[in-house]
Amino acid sequence: MSRPAVIEVPPIGPWQAATVTDIIDETPRVKTFSQRLEQPFAHLAGQHVAVRLTAPDGYRAQRSYSIASPPGDGLSIDLTVERLDEGEVSSFLHEELRVGDTLEVRGPIGGWFVWDGSCPALLIGGGAGVVPLMSMLRLARRRPQQTLVHLVVSARDESELIYASELSGDDASVIFTRRAPANSIRGPGRITADDLTPHVHSDATVYICGSAGFTAAASELVLRAGIAPDAVRVERFGPIP
Amino acid sequence: MTRITRAFTGRSRAADRRLPPGQYDAGASWPVLTAEVTPPIDTARWSFTVDGLVQQPTTWTWDEMQRLPQCSYDGAILCVTTWSKFDMHWRGVSLDTLFGIEAPLSQATHVLASSSTGYTTNLALEDVTGTKAWIAFEADGQPLSADHGGPARLLVPHLYFWKSAKFVSGITVLDHDEPGFWEARGYHDRGDPWLEQRYQGD
Repeated sequence: MSRPAVIEVPPIGPWQAATVTDIIDETPRVKTFSQRLEQPFAHLAGQHVAVRLTAPDGYRAQRSYSIASPPGDGLSIDLTVERLDEGEVSSFLHEELRVGDTLEVRGPIGGWFVWDGSCPALLIGGGAGVVPLMSMLRLARRRPQQTLVHLVVSARDESELIYASELSGDDASVIFTRRAPANSIRGPGRITADDLTPHVHSDATVYICGSAGFTAAASELVLRAGIAPDAVRVERFGPIP
Repeated sequence: MTRITRAFTGRSRAADRRLPPGQYDAGASWPVLTAEVTPPIDTARWSFTVDGLVQQPTTWTWDEMQRLPQCSYDGAILCVTTWSKFDMHWRGVSLDTLFGIEAPLSQATHVLASSSTGYTTNLALEDVTGTKAWIAFEADGQPLSADHGGPARLLVPHLYFWKSAKFVSGITVLDHDEPGFWEARGYHDRGDPWLEQRYQGD
């Protein structure tokens, strides 16, 4: 953890109201919720917010969701949320939330899995792990020539690929693990060294986000490719399989 | 400020008085959150050092640590990301035992725990003494896996679990509070779940 400089982290704001302005279906199990904040905050690419729901009897449920939008005017954020079968908050957001509704959010949170746009980065995401990485890629794409960042995404098949319309450029590659499209060169299968090697550069910081199994596999591949452990930042979620 | 969320009733619930505010019961699952590559740690090369404001810095090897009296903790762990896991059984060496061998000097007020990865977290001395903190090697009857910070992690279960540093390798005794890895990035210096001290200013 010594190598990358500590990035200046904005303070975590108080709980505030956020109004839903748009809901986008990304995949059958994933939606993006655009929100307008009451009190603007400046987030870094890779940060998340806490979302809090309150029932009439005072019962509350709170979860953390990554911000998918790049740093912007500070007034609006996009949260991309995967619906989990047992997920009390994610299923509420997917089933009940409508445009115009108000949520409580708090952020921005997280000062480690962040990219400030100043140094080369390799982004490796599995499933919904692509969300904080998309914020980074969108930030990088604001440059006239986007050469700082490459994103490698792993999805089961085309129907589960989040942000598919934004992943056709040279700065992104997609790996399908279960079923690949008919016209693809790469057959279906889990991430391998060959998927990463062309994009590994010794001066890059590597950001890996996904399930425990995915992040463990991807970490091992980048370390074997010669990246130093302290240049690898990991964010993982979910139980151990 | 708390406002009611339209249409939200929450899952059916019996009030569980073991749950601090904002936490939920993760049941049998044990989520893993990590900031860095999980390092392979060989117990043959493992060591734990207490230094700073003590008479004599002391280092224990794995075997030396295993020969110290082993204690257990039965209860919950509480993550700041709101999952909680109840009815766990942990085993390890109490920090009271280590401080009994190497007592903090009278001016000591805080400690900074460090991991072999470079992770740090700060704790008040009173939060790690008096049967509140352990160097843990075993959870629910199994050696602590690398995913959960093994072979040894700090266990301070009355505080949010980021205080229970994975891959713990030492404790430095200080006469002041020094923010650790997450605390320097906006997380609360103490992290009491019952006071919902998640972030600075809570």
